[in-house]
Amino acid sequence: MTDAVLTFAQTGPRKVDFFSEEAMARVQKRYRAEARFKAYGLGAVVLAGIFVVILLADIVSKGLPAFFEHRIALTVTLDAAKIDPEGKRDIEVLRAADYQRLIYDGLREEFPGVSDRRDRRKLEGLVSTGSGNDLRTLVLRNPSIIGQKTTLPVLLSDDADLYLKGIGTRVERAVGKGTLDIKQQGKTVELVGSAGAFAAPLADVKARLKRLASATEFELQGLSAAQATANAALEARREDLTARVKDFRQRSGDPASAETLDPATMPSELVEIAGGLVRLTEIAPGRAAGVVLLPLAADATRSDSWHRTTYTTPESNRRITDIEIAWLESLRGRKLTEKGFAWRFFTNGDSREPELAGIRGALIGSALTLAVTLLFCLPIGVGAAVYLEEFAPKNRLTDILEVNINNLAAVPSIVFGLLGLAMFLNFFGLPRSAPLVGGLVLALLVLPTIIIASRAALKAVPPSIKEAALGVGASHQQAIFHHVLPLAMPGIMTGTIIGMAHALGETAPLLMIGMVAFIVDIPQAISDPATVLPVQIYLWSDLPEVAFQAKTAAAIMVLLAFLFVMNGAAILLRRRFEQRW
Amino acid sequence: MNSASILTAEAPNAAASAGLAPEPKVVARNVDVHYGEKHALKAVSVDIPARAVTAFIGPSGCGKSTFLRCINRMNDTISTCRVTGEITIDGQDIYDPRLDVVLLRARVGMVFQKPNPFPKTIYENVAYGPRLHGLASGKAELDEIVERSLRRASLWEEAKDRLGESGTGLSGGQQQRLCIARAIAVSPEVILMDEPCSALDPIATAKIEELIDELRTNFTIVIVTHSMQQAARVSQRTAFFHLGTLVEEGATDQIFTNPRDRRTQDYITGRFG
Repeated sequence: MTDAVLTFAQTGPRKVDFFSEEAMARVQKRYRAEARFKAYGLGAVVLAGIFVVILLADIVSKGLPAFFEHRIALTVTLDAAKIDPEGKRDIEVLRAADYQRLIYDGLREEFPGVSDRRDRRKLEGLVSTGSGNDLRTLVLRNPSIIGQKTTLPVLLSDDADLYLKGIGTRVERAVGKGTLDIKQQGKTVELVGSAGAFAAPLADVKARLKRLASATEFELQGLSAAQATANAALEARREDLTARVKDFRQRSGDPASAETLDPATMPSELVEIAGGLVRLTEIAPGRAAGVVLLPLAADATRSDSWHRTTYTTPESNRRITDIEIAWLESLRGRKLTEKGFAWRFFTNGDSREPELAGIRGALIGSALTLAVTLLFCLPIGVGAAVYLEEFAPKNRLTDILEVNINNLAAVPSIVFGLLGLAMFLNFFGLPRSAPLVGGLVLALLVLPTIIIASRAALKAVPPSIKEAALGVGASHQQAIFHHVLPLAMPGIMTGTIIGMAHALGETAPLLMIGMVAFIVDIPQAISDPATVLPVQIYLWSDLPEVAFQAKTAAAIMVLLAFLFVMNGAAILLRRRFEQRW
Repeated sequence: MNSASILTAEAPNAAASAGLAPEPKVVARNVDVHYGEKHALKAVSVDIPARAVTAFIGPSGCGKSTFLRCINRMNDTISTCRVTGEITIDGQDIYDPRLDVVLLRARVGMVFQKPNPFPKTIYENVAYGPRLHGLASGKAELDEIVERSLRRASLWEEAKDRLGESGTGLSGGQQQRLCIARAIAVSPEVILMDEPCSALDPIATAKIEELIDELRTNFTIVIVTHSMQQAARVSQRTAFFHLGTLVEEGATDQIFTNPRDRRTQDYITGRFG
């Protein structure tokens, strides 16, 4: 130190050449360090941005289809004998009638050719099992339509809906060349044309066989590599595969040989002809045989206008069968299908049927739960904050309290769930799965957040305001309640909203108190069994149906929307009331 | 302590020489203040005459503000603060355990160093005190109190058309006059001013000083100031504090022209402080 002072005193002011090499090098080094730091920061921001965009894009693209549903405009005969056999129009009788059956009957009228019991089941499976309820509502609202025919939109089942949304299989359609002779024999039909009539589909089938051969051979090679540990079962499998490769090679090698189509491995090949649809089972260059999916004109023996149709996904790899696709396409061709906004998603409770499941129950459950949370934690939290900040004696006990409130904010939320289970359910005997208990547990969870935010807001009010109030003769309490608390309110509200948003997204503690149950009814009171939005998402994400995956993403979108709105409100409040003194 | 008692013995004489009523409004005897371990004020005894301006001067940390805040018990808000001794207003002990500070502060108003209007309307700022103490029986009466207070604080002409606007929207000098209006709205007998002009420019300061001079006819005013010129301009009596003790107290003319204590002389001639 002394040395430095001495040296400085001896040398006097230091001469610096701005443009000397040394000075320039130092400046450059500093610039580089700055540029590097900026690059790191920018990189982090961009990376975070990319993840957010990917996340949102994934959720939106998955969830958007769930906001729409497909319906068919079905004409239903409201047979008085079936709905109200006694003709008294008794509301209970009307309510108990089998409307689902009426819808099935209406559907069968659209496809008169379906007589097989199994096919009938399949046809009925196209519409939702909840569609009868819509008809019931319609009839109960206006019983005078009994005995008439009415056309109403009927909700499709999830698989049919997914097919119409383009999830299931791709459908390719091409104009057929030449004239075909039609030989109908009951359910089967034989189509005979000129030599090259079926050349294109046959060539496609041969190409597929060739690909199949390569794929099987690849599997076989894998198997041969594992031969060191060979055993009898493995050997049998190897022989089987070898035989299949040989078979595929042989069949694909001969372009003229007839082929049998296997629905397990091959895309479905169909022919539209004479107003009907035929699924081919056998193809030769000049002729083909198949089963009738949609009936052909009974007297048709010859047609020169036909189409070749391909369902590119093999039937065994999709949830919707060829005949169901045929029906749906037929309905679509007749302009009977319609796509509409799925209001049902917001008006229905949970359901085992994906097309019927909605988030109304979860939304009401969340609202009731949050109402209970707010009711408990706002007065208690603000009261505690005011007491600790303004009235509590400054001693060890207060310090310990303060530290522990901060600790509580860091306690894992599942612990609060366990506490709620032990205290509210087991000790106080409150109802399980109820928003009351959920709200109490979340109130415990949010309380530290609100106390901390409220204390910070109270602390931020300048002491001069309180002094001014005391100076004109306000008591301590009057000064706080007339001046300090109102000024701290925006900060307190901001903290409360953020706490509520936290509570809205919380799942773990609610699992512990049984809010994870499958609940169809929409809760009416805080003691009814209910579930909340994040738990509903958790429940749906576990279900195997493809349609529920979309519902999950859609529910996440709704939850995110609520969180964005709440956080936005908090930011707005903060901006609006920032620094009024 | 000794010097203080001598001074107070001479106080009536000094008051008489300044042409003031001999009866003091506020009487302090042997006031000691401790902030925790720190002995901030040592055995202060002083008489503050009614309807006059008394200035407290002294270097920073000398205890003048501390003593000022003892007069309306504002020090009560500081938990570590301990006050001993006796302060009376019109002969009544203000540290009597039966006394409620709210009543005291209604009689002893205060104006702070930094203008601190409530972030409410100008009207609400002035009306808050009267409403709190139930001084007005109706809206008309309250309006009258507000107008009278603002007139006395020389703010009425500037503020009468914007009573509904926020008090924080006024200029610094106007805010301080609003605070004075707020203080006099509850009709106190004593007004304490803690460096009321230190945050203001010279023009605003001149206005406040003018106002203080007018208020003297109705109120007993105690002002703490760092500016000796200000003390000389506005006060009739001056008390000089140094290191927690009251060094000298007397008529302002006498203190500034003929100080008896060496320390006072050093301070007013700018040798320290």
